Amino acid sequence: MKIQWGRRISQIVFFLLFIWFSVVLNFGEQWWQWRGWPVNWILQLDPLVALGTVLSTGHLFGGLLWALPVVLLTLLCGRVFCGWICPFGAMHQFFGWIGSLFLRIRQLGERNRYQKWQVLKYYVLLAMLGLALCALFGAGSLQTGLLDPIPLATRSVNLILIPFFEHVFRFNLNANPRYYPGSGFIGVVLIGLLAVNLWIPRFFCRFLCPTGALLGLLSRFSLLRLTKAAVCKPCGLCERHCEGACSPSDKMRFSECVLCCNCMPGRCPANVLQYSTESPTQGEIKSVNLERRGILMVLGSTALAATLPTAGTLTANTHHFNPNCIRPPGSLPEKNFLDRCVKCGQCIRICPTNCLVPSDIKLGIEALWTPVMNFRIGTSGCQLNCTACSHVCPTAAIRPLILEEKLGQGTYADKGPIRVGTAFVDKGRCLPWANGRPCIVCQENCPVTPKAIHVETMYRPCSDFVYQISECIDGRVTLREMLGLKCNLGTGDYWLALAENRQKKWRILSSDDVNVIEIDGKIKMEAGTLVCLLVKLEAPVVNFNSCIGCGVCEHECPVSGLRAIRVTSENESRDPKNSITPEGVS
Amino acid sequence: MKQDNTEDSNAYGRREFLVRASAAAVIAATATAGGLMSHVKDVPNPDRRSHNRESEFAFRNYQQSDLGKIMAIVRNCAERRKSVGLAFDALGGIGKFVSRGDVVLLKPNIAFASPPRFSATTHPDLLEALIMLCKDAGASEVRITDNPINDPDNCFRLSGLAEVARRYNVKLIAPHGKYFKNITLPNARLIKNWPVLAKPFEGVTRVFGVSPVKDHTRSGASLSMKNWYGLLGGRRNIFHQDISGIIVELAGMIQPTAVVLDGTSTMMTNGPTGGSGADLKPTNTMILSTDMVAADAYATTMLLERDLGAVPWIEKAQDLGIGTADWKSLSPVFCDAASQESGKV
Repeated sequence: MKIQWGRRISQIVFFLLFIWFSVVLNFGEQWWQWRGWPVNWILQLDPLVALGTVLSTGHLFGGLLWALPVVLLTLLCGRVFCGWICPFGAMHQFFGWIGSLFLRIRQLGERNRYQKWQVLKYYVLLAMLGLALCALFGAGSLQTGLLDPIPLATRSVNLILIPFFEHVFRFNLNANPRYYPGSGFIGVVLIGLLAVNLWIPRFFCRFLCPTGALLGLLSRFSLLRLTKAAVCKPCGLCERHCEGACSPSDKMRFSECVLCCNCMPGRCPANVLQYSTESPTQGEIKSVNLERRGILMVLGSTALAATLPTAGTLTANTHHFNPNCIRPPGSLPEKNFLDRCVKCGQCIRICPTNCLVPSDIKLGIEALWTPVMNFRIGTSGCQLNCTACSHVCPTAAIRPLILEEKLGQGTYADKGPIRVGTAFVDKGRCLPWANGRPCIVCQENCPVTPKAIHVETMYRPCSDFVYQISECIDGRVTLREMLGLKCNLGTGDYWLALAENRQKKWRILSSDDVNVIEIDGKIKMEAGTLVCLLVKLEAPVVNFNSCIGCGVCEHECPVSGLRAIRVTSENESRDPKNSITPEGVS
Repeated sequence: MKQDNTEDSNAYGRREFLVRASAAAVIAATATAGGLMSHVKDVPNPDRRSHNRESEFAFRNYQQSDLGKIMAIVRNCAERRKSVGLAFDALGGIGKFVSRGDVVLLKPNIAFASPPRFSATTHPDLLEALIMLCKDAGASEVRITDNPINDPDNCFRLSGLAEVARRYNVKLIAPHGKYFKNITLPNARLIKNWPVLAKPFEGVTRVFGVSPVKDHTRSGASLSMKNWYGLLGGRRNIFHQDISGIIVELAGMIQPTAVVLDGTSTMMTNGPTGGSGADLKPTNTMILSTDMVAADAYATTMLLERDLGAVPWIEKAQDLGIGTADWKSLSPVFCDAASQESGKV
């Protein structure tokens, strides 16, 4: 069997595995759901995820140790990861192959010639690692996730491709169809990057991929390398399907080689290309040709970009926190969160209620595509007994939680439950407060024990109208005036009261909506007595010390546009600075 | 080729002229025809909700006509499997309610993602016993459905219902958009052209409402009549503005075979979500009735220890003839599980 087939099989296996881990990333007990599948494994293999977080935080979290074998493999064999493992690379290679179908054979080699712009990816890497390092010293944040191929591909599959196929083929892996507002740009990036392969194969890998650049730098030292055993007459056949554009026909650039092996036996008529430890006879270009000017420019702009947030132009990790930045339970304080989040979307995909969505740039440019809670959408806020998102985060931006800790029970009783924010009643929109209509759906649905929403009971006049009694016999009251109210008085919430003494009141049992009212109480009133209508209201009040910000109230609030009760991030337990009560600070 | 074109650009021949002219004519004709054909003078507003639209769906009568209004109350039994069995036995056995070949739908209250020990949801033991009873009676199929408030998947799993459904191979139907159909009730004030969970009722011949006894601030109590709220879809929370009205309309919407009201442990406070053992009181009672008004009246006064005035919808339902609030008038069969004796009062 040809070596190329070995590579193809490996690529297909890893690609399918990658897709499978996204497919099983839904909540449930079936074998095809998330029950111990190593859903983060491919992310953990990515050395840039590991290096980025090590630079930004100073330590390597859990399974990210898997990057080490990949680094060792690269030092031994070159960029095996790019050509044989990376599922995003496989996707690019596939689309590049489709593009090749439209070309004549002679044109194929031209697309694969080395271009000096391939050096761009090293600057991308430099900028990202520079930003990560700045983050360690308190400025900026980890941004590798923007272009790091595995997080990028994971995010795209999780948030765009799976919902898209669910919609088109009418199936749901989760109990309910997924909806991610603002994820369109993720799709645009994905489609753009895949489409450009039709013109230049592996465009992303050659020009942009920071992980490829990192492995390229490492492969400079690799023991086994692709070399030319003898000087040959350049026929160009080796470059016809060269994936890395590493110019095997000329002086080899092994740092660009993705080990696609398309120049190997079977392709090279002279059979001079070998994979061995020997040094090449024709020489090779080892350095990646970074210009000093370029390096200075990138580092300079990186430092500038990193200091922007501290200068207060971006919001998320500056002195004024964004109240809409509600992170899932277990999230680290915002600065530490952004130092770890690689924007892979694993937490967003696992969230059983779809209340976790990718952020746009409203929380700051650096927070783009990070998970944020949106309680208006989804099936029902953040579920009290759920800690799923915290267990799928590959970098512990969301720390793994046990239920006891989340609920503040058992050994965590003195710490109290984990709060992601606090609900505030908007009295100008709340039906009882603003409109004199009974409601308290929020109080009913508050899952906290005892409820974090209590009600204030009051009797309020329905209107300015005062009516004169025409007749009142045995609880049947006839008024001289028309009621003139557009509400059903017979709901049990409305009361008839004496105009001069509202304490004297009777519950209304029914009404004909014109001028006759049945009241609870066989009383007699003189004709001409002045009465008014009261509504008994229970109005919601939030207890800031027990509200955990789960957003179930916001989700259920019947004021369906801008909700009358909304959660903002005040009092979130991850950052005592954002507390609004003295108890919360301590 | 290119050069040829540039040379010819100043003058074109007859052939070229004809091609261009006919293409222009076709485009002009298509545009004119399309514009004229699609032209209207006024646009009707399609979004204006019409309350007069006909009902897409109606519930059947699921009552067993020869049963009449009967009621059994099992007391002093903390074991739900046992008490529900005793309740059916007291009324002549499950065979009186379910016949061979019936398709039975159980409507539990699984509104919240809460574990069984907090009694915020219908207990899985009770559902298990009911499934076995129905299957023993020869039911050809048993289904369970609810449209919960919290995430359906979470609710079904945490409440223990999913496990029971799997163990007994019972169809557990989660709400999906396409399962809802609009319903308009005659003389209704609220349920007009409103989506209800209709699909699970296809082919169903018997329906049991199965709900726990719970405190509820807005409505006074959450019992068997309020359980039907879980059939509503849409933004049903707006009906809390007239909670009594909606409960009564729901009770009038469906005629179940019977309701099972589980008062084994009553949620006295912090309802309807609960979430703490401190909210619960062991009342060890199981109510089975073909009259949900009577069942709710009994649970309100005897288990929740509340005045009927606190739950106006009970008397409103009685006024509409849905049932009787005077549960004693049904001469319920009392069964004391501790002494295993039963008799009429």
